Amino acid sequence: MAVTDMNAAGLRRDERLERLRLFGLASPALLLVLVVLVIPVGWLFYVSFVGADGSFSLENYERMIKRKSYARIFWTTFKVSLLTTGLCILIGYPLAYFMSQLPRKLANLCMITVLLPFWTSLLVRTYAWLVLLQKNGLVNNWAISLGLWDEPLKLVHNLNGTLIGMVHIMLPFLILPTYGAMTAIDRDYLKAASNLGASPRRAFWTVFLPLSTPGLFAGALMVFILCLGFFVTPAVLGGGKVILVSMKIVSNIELFVNWGAASALGVVLMVLTVAVLWVASRFLNLDRMTGGGH
Amino acid sequence: MMTWLRSPASETQITHVQRLWLYVFAIITMILLVLPTLIVIPMSFSDSQYLEFPPETWSFRWYEHYFASEEWMQATRTSFKAAFFTMLVATPIGVLAAYGLHASKLPFIRASFVLLITPMMVPVVLIAIGAFYAYVKLQILYTMLGLVLAHSLLAIPLVVIVTGSALKGFDTNLESAARSLGAPRWKAFLTITLPQIRFAVVTSALLAFLTSFDEVVIAMFVSGGDNPTLTRNMFNALRDQIDPTIASISTLMIVVTTLMMALAQIFGQQRNP
Repeated sequence: MAVTDMNAAGLRRDERLERLRLFGLASPALLLVLVVLVIPVGWLFYVSFVGADGSFSLENYERMIKRKSYARIFWTTFKVSLLTTGLCILIGYPLAYFMSQLPRKLANLCMITVLLPFWTSLLVRTYAWLVLLQKNGLVNNWAISLGLWDEPLKLVHNLNGTLIGMVHIMLPFLILPTYGAMTAIDRDYLKAASNLGASPRRAFWTVFLPLSTPGLFAGALMVFILCLGFFVTPAVLGGGKVILVSMKIVSNIELFVNWGAASALGVVLMVLTVAVLWVASRFLNLDRMTGGGH
Repeated sequence: MMTWLRSPASETQITHVQRLWLYVFAIITMILLVLPTLIVIPMSFSDSQYLEFPPETWSFRWYEHYFASEEWMQATRTSFKAAFFTMLVATPIGVLAAYGLHASKLPFIRASFVLLITPMMVPVVLIAIGAFYAYVKLQILYTMLGLVLAHSLLAIPLVVIVTGSALKGFDTNLESAARSLGAPRWKAFLTITLPQIRFAVVTSALLAFLTSFDEVVIAMFVSGGDNPTLTRNMFNALRDQIDPTIASISTLMIVVTTLMMALAQIFGQQRNP
């Protein structure tokens, strides 16, 4: 009896050791995250609480509250993110729905039109929009020759251009999880709804839409989070007229070498991001965003 | 055609004609998704300083300009090198991490997983300035090592997610069988598990390559001096003026990514023959 107990204890110890050893396999990756992300960001957090004279101070945060320009930057960031997310839902949901209704082979073919831009360099796509939307660009030229408008419109280096570019870049992030959720819906539910007398419209609104919302929410959340910290596209297409938090952080470092101000902005941006994720995680299963989905 | 329009389109017996708006909308959206990027390709062969479509006269002028410029060539080499090394660093340590977390059932696995995917959630600007500061201290600012480490950090979440979900679909009993027959764990992993998940690993590697190749913000801060990346130079050129050389570089980048995507498709499809 005693011998078996000892064996059991030994086996348990061996198993624990084995698990620890397996866990050790993750240590190079964890170390990388620690050295290049956690420690530097932790340091930025610290710097944000250091004043110009080198002692502890809240001046970097006070400046954010006092100065109107900062409030405007946060408002612009929020507005642009919300508008982009909303437009992505309005455009992406019908497209995902369309693809979910097609036979699988045809749907995969259509999916290429979503994956191609998804894989193409962000900078290349931003550049393409810059070229298309400029004053003598293709969009203006064609619209004028078609008689849609008479004068070249200002389509880029402003909010319009920023939104067009951002929606184009974010759409795949919304479509992929939404489409994933839609294809997982059991079509028999819709048959049942029809059978019970629901019109096609009613069957969609009461059966299909609710069942597809987890994917839609996951996609919309992803888009919103990415927009909050977006830099490249608004910096190029906004032409300095649309200033987001990330751009202010960069200019604080590049132009003013003000690490305190940049860090404080970064901390607030990260807190906002985490807050959005936290609120969202109370309503939906975030595993969908990290590979549990499609 | 008319009979098709009136035939039912779905389980709810809605007809195709009632859905016509959806078809039109979807087709326009798909065109708008693809066309803006593709239109850069013919434009890059234009002879004009002002990118025009369709080009009135065709020429390789902007390609010649690109290939003749030592600055662009150097940046291109840096980008390819960084992307290649990022692939070599991020893929093995990401796959190891995914496997370790998958096989070890310790209580803090979940927290470790979250930590490994945080680079995806933290605004990239923050990572960039943090890395900039850290590299000044570590004296690896503007070096290939620093760039590759930061890009690997960005690629790790993708590798862990893609490989991790492949491991979830893999029957662990196969590996247990190999081990019960006397194979040490590393051998069981290399000969049984790895071949099973190799398509996910290849996809991860390609994603890691592209992550680095396309990355702008981190490169803006930690690549510089003699070693700026292609994207960093492109971004700086974009802020100033619309240089048609960028159109030719964009075209070449589209070719590179399309090749990568085709590779991923070829490898990915063999999974379900």
